[in-house]
Amino acid sequence: MKKISYLNLLSGIVIIFFLTATAYGLSDVFKENIYHLKNLKPTDSVLKVKVGDNAPDFTLPSIAGEKISLSRYSGKKNVVISFVPAAWTPVCSDQWPGYAIVKGIFDKNDAILLGITVDNIPTLFAWTNQMGKLWFPVLSDFWPHGKVADSYGVLRSDGVAERAIIVIDKKGVIRYIDVHDINERPRLESIVGELEKLNK
Amino acid sequence: MKRTLIHGIVIAVFSLIITLPVSAVTQPPATGSVLPEIKLTMPVNNDYKNYLGLSRGDFFKIPQIKTRVIIIEILSMYCPHCQASALKVNELYRIIESNPALKDKIKLIGIAVGNSTYEAEVFRERYNVPFPLFEDGDFSIHKVVGEVRTPYFIGIKIDDGVPRVFYSKVGGFEKADEFLELVLKLSGLK
Repeated sequence: MKKISYLNLLSGIVIIFFLTATAYGLSDVFKENIYHLKNLKPTDSVLKVKVGDNAPDFTLPSIAGEKISLSRYSGKKNVVISFVPAAWTPVCSDQWPGYAIVKGIFDKNDAILLGITVDNIPTLFAWTNQMGKLWFPVLSDFWPHGKVADSYGVLRSDGVAERAIIVIDKKGVIRYIDVHDINERPRLESIVGELEKLNK
Repeated sequence: MKRTLIHGIVIAVFSLIITLPVSAVTQPPATGSVLPEIKLTMPVNNDYKNYLGLSRGDFFKIPQIKTRVIIIEILSMYCPHCQASALKVNELYRIIESNPALKDKIKLIGIAVGNSTYEAEVFRERYNVPFPLFEDGDFSIHKVVGEVRTPYFIGIKIDDGVPRVFYSKVGGFEKADEFLELVLKLSGLK
């Protein structure tokens, strides 16, 4: 019997890893319209900002038709930016609908949520319409493509954003960064915990 | 190098075969079949324990619930349809609980798939869910029930300790009283 090396075993494990789909509890609201993906490289970018930096300002169009600048919240609201990779994909479609029911938690922490993807406005409009009424602005970083994501260092090499959470205080200073494994949804309690720290 | 790759593929295929019961996508429970084993954490809340007729232990299995019929809702706080149908499911619970002839015969539980304890609690508080909600943060139960879309309802009847599926369907319901009638009919309680 031939001796099987550790290298062979490792090859097998790696192949298994990439063949195994990520688990997600997708809502029936999206029916068969979700584009399913295999596991992706967890992160694929290099941050250009760090905790303590002033958050790079930006102005992006929203699906409501207005343009929103980060600086409009300066001195008024804490800001949570939720970058998600792409519309009509499994984990992304299973993230913002949860935020739709926690406006009270954001209000309590004097915070606003900004949802950003690199999709264009019509795509974002159609996709988020399936989620019910979202109370937070949904912004398109489509053109120049991924410019805002890139300014934070969360633009992946394939042109989509990372699944990232960035918490910015009322002074415009970055207080928390979570460039999350793209295959998983960040826990809500981690976001809420960071917001609560801002008020202590 | 070529030999290494071949060995790797052989090991991958072998590993797939031996891990099939764990990693393969199972089918949703079919009507008439026995519900796969689902182990849940014993509720801390005494009202929930009393509702389910449970008393001791850190965990329990579905057939241990002291009743004849159990309706399981597979849900998620991140699911718009689950959010939209939450009040209808609450109404179903209240109709059952307010009927002395039914309240001991039918119990309702929710399993929040992919949700942490905190996230399941957010859903419970947001919609004043009166029945026990259990979290399935690592999707382990979700895998057992075939990674169904949410909401998904499973109706089971306990016969001699065996949980047999009489209803298994994705999507919510329009009216609680009509759904209850369907449950009564399919389970044989009526």
